[in-house]
Amino acid sequence: MQQVAVKQVVVKQARQTIRNRVAFMEKVPPIYAPVIGILGLLVLWEALARMGVFKPDYLPAPTLILSAGWEMLLSGEIYTNLVASLIRIGAGFAIGASVGIIIGLVLGFFRWLDALFTPVVYSLYPIPKIALLPLLILWLGIGETPKLVIIALGVFYPVVLNTHAGVKNVDRSLIKAAVTFGAKPFNIIRKVILPASLPTIFAGLKMAAGYSMLLMITAEMIAAEKGIGAMIMHYGNMLMTTNLMVGVIILSMLGLLINRSLEWIERKVLPWK
Amino acid sequence: MRITVENVEKRYIDSNKQEVTALKNINCTIAEQEFVVLVGPSGCGKSTLLNIVGGLLSPSSGSVYFEGVQGKEPRLSIVFQEIALFPWRTVYENVIFGLEERGASKKEQQEKGRHYIEMVGLSGFESAYPKQLSGGMKQRAGIARALAVEPDLLLMDEPFSALDAQTRTIMQEELLSIWDRTKLSTLYVTHNIQEAVYLADRVIVMSRRPGEIKSIIPINLPKIGRDREEHRLEFERYVDQIWQLIRNDAQAALKEGE
Repeated sequence: MQQVAVKQVVVKQARQTIRNRVAFMEKVPPIYAPVIGILGLLVLWEALARMGVFKPDYLPAPTLILSAGWEMLLSGEIYTNLVASLIRIGAGFAIGASVGIIIGLVLGFFRWLDALFTPVVYSLYPIPKIALLPLLILWLGIGETPKLVIIALGVFYPVVLNTHAGVKNVDRSLIKAAVTFGAKPFNIIRKVILPASLPTIFAGLKMAAGYSMLLMITAEMIAAEKGIGAMIMHYGNMLMTTNLMVGVIILSMLGLLINRSLEWIERKVLPWK
Repeated sequence: MRITVENVEKRYIDSNKQEVTALKNINCTIAEQEFVVLVGPSGCGKSTLLNIVGGLLSPSSGSVYFEGVQGKEPRLSIVFQEIALFPWRTVYENVIFGLEERGASKKEQQEKGRHYIEMVGLSGFESAYPKQLSGGMKQRAGIARALAVEPDLLLMDEPFSALDAQTRTIMQEELLSIWDRTKLSTLYVTHNIQEAVYLADRVIVMSRRPGEIKSIIPINLPKIGRDREEHRLEFERYVDQIWQLIRNDAQAALKEGE
């Protein structure tokens, strides 16, 4: 009896379970983790501000910014400036993106036009677009047009270059397949080359979204009555840091919103990716 | 309607600025309802020939033509080695692509789409995207797309070479049963001799450097059931006969590292 018991103990000790040693790679943090990060930063900021670590003129506390923002929202100030900015960026983006996609497709598809004009597009690419604003104002006057054009230009470049690259990289066997099944040139562009280059085009659009925000704000700071950029400049000149920060926060949320919407559209348009 | 390949020759300049003769003196025909398999070692130009017949490459000299065209535009379709399904189209949308381009009515697209998707055994996967399918299923969709236009000549360029051996065997059987129902004139390219003997009415054996037709071998076995026991000896005899024709070239190809 005793011997049997001893044997069992030995067997038990000799057994070693094999565990997953790469389990750390599969750990999934909870979805509320990013919220904790942002909230933590805000709380820290608030605490430091209240303790007087930095002066309100330099960096006001989040609660102060929030209440100033609420007042500006009620007075309609945010609304007028935001609408002015949104129309500018929306129209500029739409014009720049559609012209960019069309020209990119054409340059990518027609060898002759490609050889003639792609070098032109590339040689103008390095010019920082904002440097053209004085020239555009000279040409087009001081109204909305030069601002729209500068945003459209900023969007046009990343889109046209990405579209062109996308078209150049379309899988040849897909074009062959389309031709085999009787597709004519226009349908090859519409049904094969355009959808095949859409992922690259979207990469260009996302890049362009950043540029368009930058150009919109700069243009508004230089020459505009209304718009978030003009608002930030105005409060900066008056040393009203809290109201200035409201503008900055709006921009950060606007940027986030634009990025998220583009990602959402991308998922809708490219379900096959 | 039959297809004739007449004195086709293909030369090109390689990266060392040397003229290479990829195809030389190619003459053959594919009769109506005939299944012809091109077999040869790598580098013999069999895919080049298929591309010329498919209108995706021009020959340096010679020509390829349909004979007995009775007023109607002859159609051909290709099943690609790379499968080449449009990744942004669902299985159904891929299958009806050729019908769309031909201007077929929505009703015809639906009927034929459904018919050929069922024929290749993809019912239930109509709205799946290619990335959601396995290799074998992708190529079934590729075959359905090629069949849907009801071509006068079906070209297949090593369609199963990317599949694993088991899937390949099943796909060969299925292809044969599909062919038995459609009786399409077919030109099929492969480097697999067993596959050639299993599928072909006639096997065209090619040599390399230059790519020439070495021999044309009719396979005198019943079209269905060649893998049955009673045909085994003869089957092996054909395989061996073709292997002896190709062997030296295949070894040469290996030495050149192609």
